[in-house]
Amino acid sequence: MKSICFYFQIHQPFRLKNYRFFDIGNDHYYYDDFANDEIITRIAHRCYLPANAMLLDIIKQYGKKFKVAFSISGTALEQLEQYVPEFIDSMQELAATGSVEFLSETYAHSLSSLHDPDEFVAQVKAHDAKIFQLFGQKPKVFRNTELIYDDDIASMVSAMGFKGAITDGAKHILGWRSPNFLYSSAAAPKLKLLLKNSKLSDDISFRFSNYNWESYPLTADKYIDWIAALPEEEQLVNLFMNYETLGELQPAETGIFEFIKALPRFAAEKNIKFVTPGEVLTKFKPVAALSVPFPMSWADEARDTSAWLGTMLQQEAVAKPYSIGERVRLCQDKRIKQDWNYLQASDHFFYMSTKHNSDGTVHSHYSPYGSPYTAFTNYMNVLSDFMTRVEAQYPAEIDNEELNALLLTIKNQEKEIEALNREVQLMRNNIVKDTTGDFPVEEEKPAPKPKKKTKKG
Amino acid sequence: MKALMFGWEFPPHILGGLGTASFGLTKGMIENGGLDITFVIPKPQGDEPKEYARIIGANCTPVVWRDVDYGYVEHRIGNVMHPEMYYSLRDHIYSDFGYIGTNDLGCIEFSGRYPDNLLEEINNYSIVAGVIARTIDFDVIHSHDWLTYPAGIHAKQLTGKPFVIHVHATDFDRSRGNVNPTVFSIEKDGMNQADHIITVSDLTRRTVIDKYRISPDKVTTVHNAVEPLSPELLNVEVPPKHDKVVTFLGRITMQKGPEYFVEAAAQVLQKMHNVQFVMAGGGDMMEKMIRLAARRHIADRFHFAGFLKGKEVYEMLKASDVYIMPSVSEPFGISPLEAMQMGVPSIISKQSGCAEILQNVIKVDYWDTNAMADAIYSILNYPAMYNELREHGLAEVDQIRWKKAGAKVLDIYRRLIG
Repeated sequence: MKSICFYFQIHQPFRLKNYRFFDIGNDHYYYDDFANDEIITRIAHRCYLPANAMLLDIIKQYGKKFKVAFSISGTALEQLEQYVPEFIDSMQELAATGSVEFLSETYAHSLSSLHDPDEFVAQVKAHDAKIFQLFGQKPKVFRNTELIYDDDIASMVSAMGFKGAITDGAKHILGWRSPNFLYSSAAAPKLKLLLKNSKLSDDISFRFSNYNWESYPLTADKYIDWIAALPEEEQLVNLFMNYETLGELQPAETGIFEFIKALPRFAAEKNIKFVTPGEVLTKFKPVAALSVPFPMSWADEARDTSAWLGTMLQQEAVAKPYSIGERVRLCQDKRIKQDWNYLQASDHFFYMSTKHNSDGTVHSHYSPYGSPYTAFTNYMNVLSDFMTRVEAQYPAEIDNEELNALLLTIKNQEKEIEALNREVQLMRNNIVKDTTGDFPVEEEKPAPKPKKKTKKG
Repeated sequence: MKALMFGWEFPPHILGGLGTASFGLTKGMIENGGLDITFVIPKPQGDEPKEYARIIGANCTPVVWRDVDYGYVEHRIGNVMHPEMYYSLRDHIYSDFGYIGTNDLGCIEFSGRYPDNLLEEINNYSIVAGVIARTIDFDVIHSHDWLTYPAGIHAKQLTGKPFVIHVHATDFDRSRGNVNPTVFSIEKDGMNQADHIITVSDLTRRTVIDKYRISPDKVTTVHNAVEPLSPELLNVEVPPKHDKVVTFLGRITMQKGPEYFVEAAAQVLQKMHNVQFVMAGGGDMMEKMIRLAARRHIADRFHFAGFLKGKEVYEMLKASDVYIMPSVSEPFGISPLEAMQMGVPSIISKQSGCAEILQNVIKVDYWDTNAMADAIYSILNYPAMYNELREHGLAEVDQIRWKKAGAKVLDIYRRLIG
């Protein structure tokens, strides 16, 4: 019996406002509230809300026979909470049906997996906590930013306790093999891999409304027939796409909602099931181990990380913030922590790409900037200010270890003062006692007893 | 195929970009092969490169018959052109031009610059063109810029050969819209009479179509290019410097937008102090700019280097960290390409023609001094930005060759000749 595994990605970055070099050191608010509000509200009303309503309808009609998975970045959740709270309600309603699974990812949709393992772990934890808080689920399957994946990431993800991960079925990795199987990681054999079926996914997300495509118009029965016609042993079809496909990339007028709505009916006719990534792990057996020595992703023609790290500008812009990563994690300042998250979003680096061919048009389509150079300048100006703030809290001359020790002292100092106060009190009492009693000398004994009891960090 | 070209400037004696572009194009066309070019200029000095075109000086072309012996002609103009040419030109004098005033060889004197009696000089140039067109054999006429349009029209009327004009600039660019009616009418006349019009950018093409009301199918854009620099120029020595240098190179006139550069400099200096701003060139707005710099209290960091020529230009570029061209209207603008060849990151206005073909530069609106200041600050402060623009700029400008531009012009010739 064949199975379709649907997974939708929702992510929006906090776009930066026009931040001039005059502002460095003077203005510590970096975000273009107007644009962020406008964009998320528009997309929510064109896509997220109607699509959620549609999925809820389908699930009401087909019950547990229809299932989907979502991966929602922390920054997107924050914006939705702030600007479109009704979306959170409708998502909670979906979550309550039991047909929806939430995936794990980095909180900030960041590139930390490539640059800063500690930050990576911290962000995944932060994200999963947020998902649990909102939807009451503990994610079991991991999906990295833009499906970036390699052997090192596999080891980290596996070490965090995830049993499965999602990535792209890139041709240069798969070669002759088909993405329609469950694989496992060569570096971390316990980690199972679900690979995106690019052809069938892109048929929906990119080609659905293309008049020049020979398969236009794409109907649900035709699409299900294609899946049914796959070779007998290929049982798993992973359809991974941005949630914006429904209503934004493919506007409602193209009939995309009706298409999705009709899928379960034709799937049932052909005896095709819907599964979530978590179920795939239990129901399928991996057929082979995949080794991915160099990072791959689902972006651009090259399916590698060149969309964010292709040029010197991007490499510099990515490396700079992570050079102070450890420092920032020592910080207690909530504001700094928040900015740190927002500034890590991979989108900022995506805008800096200087690719000029067809990939370039994709980059500039999403970019709020006129040119990659403006994107770089603006980001670096913001980052300069951010770094001076971190520097102001913890001067760069003090190295991290020394700082750590000092911080521990500060953290414990309250308890220590309390202990010492108690000691003083005790001695005072003794002194009082002594004047009324006999000799004060032997009261020294209880003094060394209450020392450092707590040690957290 | 033989082409008769009329130009006003030719290296090494150049006053602006026109001479550089005319020469580059000539060379690029010859490199494609199958072409002979005769290039007419008002006043050759004799040290012009002769390997790509046969040079005829308008001031060496007799319009009044004088009986002079071979030795004397060779003595007078031998360094410019062959005496035999003088004699064959002399055989084609077509009218009596004694009233104009000629020298001992029967030639009209030219300044070869842009004098006050420019219109008279243009007229004389077209009289000379009549003699030349009667003398030499050619298949196509090619006039560079409005000064030589009347000469080209004259040659076309005489011979009926196809006439191409090359628009390096229009008066709309030079005057920010306040066109000189006389210049406009000469330009318009040239465009009407031309069989084909070549513009140096799509920006100029639009001006020709919209402002001069020329049919679009008669106008083709052939972007300018640059010659690879010699190793000697690439490796010029410059004294060590302590401060960053931001450079503006060009005539200090309304067209080049110098005031925007001063305003942007004033902004950058509010935040940084180890920067020097240099404005190299001369022009009618220079004093105004000096006063503006003083009014913004940045005179100590803002320098006027005067007109630079030859090697000095490359020394200045070599010493620069940023090159800026904030032109209000620039038909093409070769200088940023030269800066890129020297590895200097460039900021150019979106209103310049070269912005159409350059990718690895920062483009801003000429009036947007905020964006300009941001870009300067970014290049000076973020090494990745500097390196990216520098290295990709070098690679990019390497691909912009005159040979390709020459091939496009040859295509146009072939279509016209049939």
